[in-house]
Amino acid sequence: MRKARKEKRIKRLSVAFCSMVYLFLFLPIFVVVANSFNATTTKPYLSWKGFSFDWYIKLWSNSSLLESFGNTMIIAVLSTILSTVIGTLGAVGIYRYKFKGKGMINAFLYIPVVIPEIVIGIALLTIFTNVNIPRGMVTLILSHVSFSVPYVIFNVRARLSGYDKSIEEASMDLGANRVVTFFEITLPVLAPGIAGGALLAFTLSIDDVIISYFVNGQTKTYPLKVMESIKSGVSPDVNALSTLVLIGTIGLVYLTQSGILSGKHKEI
Amino acid sequence: MMKKRSKHEFKSNTMPAMVTVGPVAILLLFLVVAPLIFVAVMSFCQTDEFYNVVYRFTAANYGKLVSTDYLKIYAQSLLIAFVTTVICVLVGYPFAYVIARTKSRKKQLFYMLVIIPFWTNSLIRIYGWRTFLGNSGWLNKLLMTIGLVSEPVEFLYKTGTTVLGMVYCFIPFMVLPLYTAIEKLDDSLLEASSDLGAKPLKTLFEVILPLTASGIFSGCIMVFIPCLGYFFVSNILGGGNTDMIGNLIERQFKSANNWPLGAALSIILILVTLLLVKIYQKLGGDMDSLGV
Repeated sequence: MRKARKEKRIKRLSVAFCSMVYLFLFLPIFVVVANSFNATTTKPYLSWKGFSFDWYIKLWSNSSLLESFGNTMIIAVLSTILSTVIGTLGAVGIYRYKFKGKGMINAFLYIPVVIPEIVIGIALLTIFTNVNIPRGMVTLILSHVSFSVPYVIFNVRARLSGYDKSIEEASMDLGANRVVTFFEITLPVLAPGIAGGALLAFTLSIDDVIISYFVNGQTKTYPLKVMESIKSGVSPDVNALSTLVLIGTIGLVYLTQSGILSGKHKEI
Repeated sequence: MMKKRSKHEFKSNTMPAMVTVGPVAILLLFLVVAPLIFVAVMSFCQTDEFYNVVYRFTAANYGKLVSTDYLKIYAQSLLIAFVTTVICVLVGYPFAYVIARTKSRKKQLFYMLVIIPFWTNSLIRIYGWRTFLGNSGWLNKLLMTIGLVSEPVEFLYKTGTTVLGMVYCFIPFMVLPLYTAIEKLDDSLLEASSDLGAKPLKTLFEVILPLTASGIFSGCIMVFIPCLGYFFVSNILGGGNTDMIGNLIERQFKSANNWPLGAALSIILILVTLLLVKIYQKLGGDMDSLGV
């Protein structure tokens, strides 16, 4: 009896504690969303002047903001595709073949994961400057690929560790060549790992501030555009755009989550 | 032709190995290893009067690293990163424990709720904190409305605010590895411990914590190291009062235009990283659990 009461108290305490942590995690997002409805029109756009949808309309005429957002999306999509292809091939190759320098590649993969982003950022900046690659879209995409590939490889590798090679041998015994076997047998088995890696690459790309800040040249990504205006006050159309993006991603995940979930169950 | 190709396929693995691993190898070589080596080289270079890098050897940049102003900032960086890491463990552990051990059907949702904030860019979320904590921010409005204070409290530009921003940015990186480690805990071990008469605290310190130590170690690595370089958090919330090594580096590359000095400062961060990763491995940490 007393034990049950005690357990109930512990449960209530832990629910309260976790709610506090979630509140902490979402508080600035609530602030961003709420301020997107702020009717204020004077810098620094902080005091509440009533509720309005004005910023959601003004947003569409702020071409530089929209352009920066477009850049972010282009970079995220292209770098995700590139890093997913390179990473998947690499993970399969590293897992399957013996070659010189394998240990070194494995070790180098951890560098972008553990070294602070600022160091990667300035290192890329110095090398791009030195070999005269003009900074912009290309350097941004290359940089994003370089820090995303290890995460794709780790995800695909996790999938490979439980992989039964004999189905590939069966495929080849039945007359399929290596390329056909790769697309028909290997890829479908690895799909959940590849999807997880791609999602992570995309998330890292759109969330990146620091590395982009050093390699962007004149090309502005969305967060860099926001960074520019922080000193003078960020106008609420930024909040409006962030709110739309948040609603969009939550919607997208809601639609796909059932699929992801059932995929996870099959894994076990 | 068919025959020839299949013969080739099974005899040598050079081609397929090159096709699959080649791109990664090139990428790592040119976009990870070469740039870092180049930073090391640059840290021994000089600048001319127009701030251009001149490739003439000097160790002067390393001499500048030990100036008193810089030493203060290193100390401040280590302190902020350390306090951030400790808070992340103290808050993140019980939190991860509850969501990893819950029997609720919504467990997956609880996990997703830790990740969803990432979809709003971290810079924008930190700006959200600035909006919330500023002098005309909502927290001050609230405090004044309920009469707790009569004047706005200056929350921004304090070390504590930068720590708050860092904890905010990095607590998911603590929670996720902890979640993985705690989820693997075997219920029967906890039952065995209590059946054998151990009090809950004893079970915590002698069973639960040792078994989940790997998660704590990797979480600490994933929080402490990147924290040293997150210059925009201390820029936005600390307003120049809470500079860290990252801010020093950023300034050398973006405004002071002394790239060699910035490179030398980066070498400090690389050495700190190597040292901590070595300690992590000594403690039995697995590199694979650092990939989130």
